Amino acid sequence: MKRSLFGRIWPNATAVILFAGFVFPVYWMFATAFKPTGDIISENPVWFPTNVTFSHFTKAVHADHFWTLVLNSVTVTVCSVLCSLVIALFAAFALARMRFRGRRGLIVTFMLAQMAPWEVMIIAIYMIVRDDDMLNSLVPLTVFYTMMVLPLTILTLRGYVAAVPKELEESAMVDGCTRMQAFRKVIFPLLAPGLMATSLFGFITAWNEFPLALILNKDIEKQTLPLWLSQFQTAFGDDWGATMAASSLFALPILILFIFLQRKAVSGLTDGAVKG
Amino acid sequence: MSVQTEGTDTAGEPAVRKARIPGPPRGADRDSGSPSRRGVAAPYLLLLPALLATVVLLGWPLVKNGMLSFQNLNPRQLIQHLTEWNGVDNYRKVLTGSDFWKVVERSVFFTAANVVLIMVFGTLIGLLLARLGKKMRLTLLVGLVLAWAMPYIAATTVYQWLFAQRFGVVNWVLDKLGWHSMADYNWMGSQFSTFSVIILLIVWQSVPFVAINLYAATTTIPKELYEAAALDGAGAWQSFTSVTLPFLRPFLYSTTFLEVIWVFKAFPQVFAINEGGPDRLTETLPIYAYVEGVGNQHFGVGAAISFLTILALLVITSYYLRMVLKQEEDEL
Repeated sequence: MKRSLFGRIWPNATAVILFAGFVFPVYWMFATAFKPTGDIISENPVWFPTNVTFSHFTKAVHADHFWTLVLNSVTVTVCSVLCSLVIALFAAFALARMRFRGRRGLIVTFMLAQMAPWEVMIIAIYMIVRDDDMLNSLVPLTVFYTMMVLPLTILTLRGYVAAVPKELEESAMVDGCTRMQAFRKVIFPLLAPGLMATSLFGFITAWNEFPLALILNKDIEKQTLPLWLSQFQTAFGDDWGATMAASSLFALPILILFIFLQRKAVSGLTDGAVKG
Repeated sequence: MSVQTEGTDTAGEPAVRKARIPGPPRGADRDSGSPSRRGVAAPYLLLLPALLATVVLLGWPLVKNGMLSFQNLNPRQLIQHLTEWNGVDNYRKVLTGSDFWKVVERSVFFTAANVVLIMVFGTLIGLLLARLGKKMRLTLLVGLVLAWAMPYIAATTVYQWLFAQRFGVVNWVLDKLGWHSMADYNWMGSQFSTFSVIILLIVWQSVPFVAINLYAATTTIPKELYEAAALDGAGAWQSFTSVTLPFLRPFLYSTTFLEVIWVFKAFPQVFAINEGGPDRLTETLPIYAYVEGVGNQHFGVGAAISFLTILALLVITSYYLRMVLKQEEDEL
């Protein structure tokens, strides 16, 4: 009896401790952002923000170039995700539905491309972009982010396309649709959730990307939010309230997106990536 | 590591392996009737944009990187747009210098420490998830997902704040626990403590991926296997080693490789937390290539370091790929 009680308690106790450990940094970010500076720099931490203030958010939002950078980040992220979705949709359809010579080789190529070491190719990319006089522009960032997310997008979408029963497409074609129409009218709507889930990882990658933006766009007007955030603390001294407010603003879109799409996306990865 | 969540991660998971769907008989294309020229070309046309993008945007930087690594490229050559080939000089310089090997050694230890911690904690937490009740499991999952979803740079600034010398909550806790010398400790002051913070950050962000996927994998283990094991008189530990572990093995292998690749090339966290400092003592290979190549403007040398890093990654990747391919042999 004693043993079984113990056996029931310890997993739950461990889970509570782990939950606290995983959540605390995220909690501390939001909590600090809402605390008045006096509560932030106090000898004893204020665990719950009781005197809530929005002044740190105001400061972050009114920082120079903030809205330009938001616009830059949103533009680059949305454009690259859309581009990669369009390109990947064609490729995924071919890989999932057609048999042809070289198919296997192509899948391996995309698997390899997915692990491309972008972090160490920044010098070469810098030279290429510089030689084309494209430094401090959002175009190269968009183009390379598209490529960064493309392989995974293809491989996951392939799974989603394969999961749509072939019969649906065939019966549409029996009813007189061309293959293209069958795709547009029958398969595409069924793919919508898959497309959303797939874009999640693209969004995260592009929204997060740091090294390439670091080297390509020195001009503050053309930077993205991760760069700004990494320099924020230096720029504002040890203003942790404003830094945490800025971090919260930066993290929030992804946190929301992730919570909504996570389940779909993870199951998409688990049974999507290997099917077809 | 912006690709942290990516992966054909569960490629090795037996339960999600599906029987191969046989392709249509040749010539079954509706719009062609017989395999006309258009029907045969269709898949290639559909794949053309993706292929083109890969060759140009991935292939060209790779080739360019190789070319740069054989050039004498410093600020002077850069500004005057000079191309000065210098053979294997960059490589000779890099490989004979002691700095490079120190960084390699550091990168290997750094990667090993991270991956071991990630895999051990990820696996334990994944197994714990499987044991928990529904409500508790959901709670822990929410915690994991939040850590997983935190953008790298946001997470980095939060860790800087947690470990801040003045008013940082970690120092306060350590002080209260009786470790008074830690009350005013500068975590960014030494190599070991800076790495501790970086490793904690990376492990915190990476464990959820392993734990959640491992939990998902355990849910697919057929109950009958455990019943059979119990009938054979297996205890908890034995049923774990004879049923759970063999079932999870392919998943564990492929995840370990992916984590090795991701951690080895991790850039944002390592760089953003202290820019490789103090005294360049926390530079791992990608940071070293960046600091040498861009920071110190020895672009050719930087490219050579990058090339060697890519080579190392290629070796790791090829092991991983061979494994995945073996598992999927007939499914591609």
